[in-house]
Amino acid sequence: MARIRHALADVPRAETPDAVPVERTYHRVHGDRTPAETADLLAENLADYRAIVHRTDAPSLPALIARLLADRGATSVAVPPGLPDSWLSAVPDAVRRVPDTAELTPHDLDAVSSVVTACAVAIAETGTVVLDAAPDQGRRRITLVPDHHICVIRVPDQVVGSVPEGLERLDPARPLTWISGPSATSDIELDRVEGVHGPRTLEVILTGPPAGPETAGQSR
Amino acid sequence: MPAFPAAADASTRNTQLRANLRHATHTIRAKRATAVAELDDWSSLRAAGAAIKDRTLRHLDQYLEQLERAVTAAGGHVHWAADADEANRIVTELVRATGEREVVKVKSMATQEIGLNGALATAGITAYETDLAELIVQLGDDLPSHILVPAIHRNRGEIRDIFAERMAEWGRPAPEGLTDAPADLAEAARLHLREKFLNAKVGISGANFMVAETGTLVVVESEGNGRMCLTLPETLISVVGIEKIVPSFQDLEVFLQLLPRSSTAERMNPYTSTWTGTTDADGPRTFHLVLLDNGRTDTLADTVGRQALRCIRCSACLNVCPVYERAGGHAYGSAYPGPIGAILTPQLRGVQSELDASLPYASSLCGACYEVCPVAIDIPEILVHLRERVVEGGPVSVRGTRTVIKPAKGHAAERAAMRAARWALDHPRVLRTGQRLASRTRRFHPRRLPGPGRAWSDTRELPKVPEESFRDWWRRTRGESGTEGRKTTT
Repeated sequence: MARIRHALADVPRAETPDAVPVERTYHRVHGDRTPAETADLLAENLADYRAIVHRTDAPSLPALIARLLADRGATSVAVPPGLPDSWLSAVPDAVRRVPDTAELTPHDLDAVSSVVTACAVAIAETGTVVLDAAPDQGRRRITLVPDHHICVIRVPDQVVGSVPEGLERLDPARPLTWISGPSATSDIELDRVEGVHGPRTLEVILTGPPAGPETAGQSR
Repeated sequence: MPAFPAAADASTRNTQLRANLRHATHTIRAKRATAVAELDDWSSLRAAGAAIKDRTLRHLDQYLEQLERAVTAAGGHVHWAADADEANRIVTELVRATGEREVVKVKSMATQEIGLNGALATAGITAYETDLAELIVQLGDDLPSHILVPAIHRNRGEIRDIFAERMAEWGRPAPEGLTDAPADLAEAARLHLREKFLNAKVGISGANFMVAETGTLVVVESEGNGRMCLTLPETLISVVGIEKIVPSFQDLEVFLQLLPRSSTAERMNPYTSTWTGTTDADGPRTFHLVLLDNGRTDTLADTVGRQALRCIRCSACLNVCPVYERAGGHAYGSAYPGPIGAILTPQLRGVQSELDASLPYASSLCGACYEVCPVAIDIPEILVHLRERVVEGGPVSVRGTRTVIKPAKGHAAERAAMRAARWALDHPRVLRTGQRLASRTRRFHPRRLPGPGRAWSDTRELPKVPEESFRDWWRRTRGESGTEGRKTTT
């Protein structure tokens, strides 16, 4: 520490950090969008990074989750302790529920097919979902080791436009995981390959309040 | 390690390397420009990023103390390492205390800089690199050559061969009949490393950012290997340079926009993990933060060179550099290649060695690196500043002590040549005679200069001397006297 102070001999002793100006003239959000447009942008950017995006409303959510698990042939699903009961209500009992508990080892998780979680916030401009390990999301490892992650975003209240808007909703004391598409690498000749160590498949469900006609289904 | 000119002389003759590098740097350069163009406030973000880092550096002592308090309050342990040896000793002891002989590692420039893997190996501890590119480098007994994609110098065929030949020695062998398709190679790495992740008890990482206010550390990655190492082991040890601080959690809004777009040219990298100390039953139960100086305070003491510590290791400067593109990363002889390496390494290590003294010359001063730098480091300015230090010597800080260094050896010829040129240019008759002599003997000129001029011509083609000097040509074509000639043409 003495070395650092010595190195900063040119900085006047009376100077405070605030004396070094930081102009925050950058935008809080890029563009003027309605909540619906923000949700569309989120869906578009998530899909652009090879997440599979679905849109539905609350009553149709359980059936959609059941279908996505069945399509993958999932035999087991990791369940965070605070996940709403209704979300898995349409999933047949034959699909084993694996509760996220402290006893669950990485090896146990490696044998689990899929995981279903909520999220803390989603950022439209970057196509990012953020998990903060709240009870409906579970510990960080359950969304990491299984190969298939289904993440449910409540629209519009969990969707923000930009990184600054997302960050201000988050609590730094919680462990945060920002996810933008499935695991990927570009280390071999800069060719992008999805699915290295994290989940190979990320499915995101944007779920809104019940709206007129049937909206469930894949957006692209 | 030879000085840059000798290393580059060899590497520029490697056509495979140059082809691999050219393909990679041009691809990412174009993508980056598109990603940056999406944000119309890029210049404001860049200015804010530079200003936040300047504020941090000018008050680094306060922010480091604040960080230490916050990390400790959140259940972490903070250690201070003055140099590479001390950092390696601390990490080795921490690993030994767990009783483990194996660790999994997240790609980290800081641990590369201090040679941690070698130090652990000496202590009987095996460090497994888990980033795909670092794995390629480790299995190939190679060195990283790029900050972001350390195996950029290898193509898919070379990678296939390395995996097929070496994976078995380190754990799970490569699958039979492995092809060179990137997806197959990534799958082989996934299988090879998964058994390590699931059994690892100790993880070692660096960090992209540390938040002084909250004690939060941030790791930005793509593959998920980072998340594996940060959350599955019981003990996590993070080795981080003291300059990686940002004052507040809110400041991340600037850097999490600048970094991904500048480095991988993505709107956001696939995974970003943040953690603050330890969390009950989620992630490691023990967290150690090793704060690394290793020449950073010496860099901080230089008011021109200080700005190099703003660097967020995005590697955009490498991808636009004409010298890097041709010489490759190994020629720079340190963990930090390219333009940022050319200014960071001689500051972190000093300019006493031949290699380090040669690095400020590993540039054409074209300025492209400054243009793309997301925190506006004026790399050309620092290059010139360091060249002056190499040639003239002067006051510097070495391991925290102010001292005056002598000019580096080998630059006497350069100084003598400049003095001779000044004299010749002041004496027109001498210049004319010299030029005529040079023209008449042009058939006998060597490709390289003998004697003291060799250092200069080793790295440059000697210009061909024309048959006739410009002055003689002017006189011949425009009349006997220069002034008359001018009259006839107007």
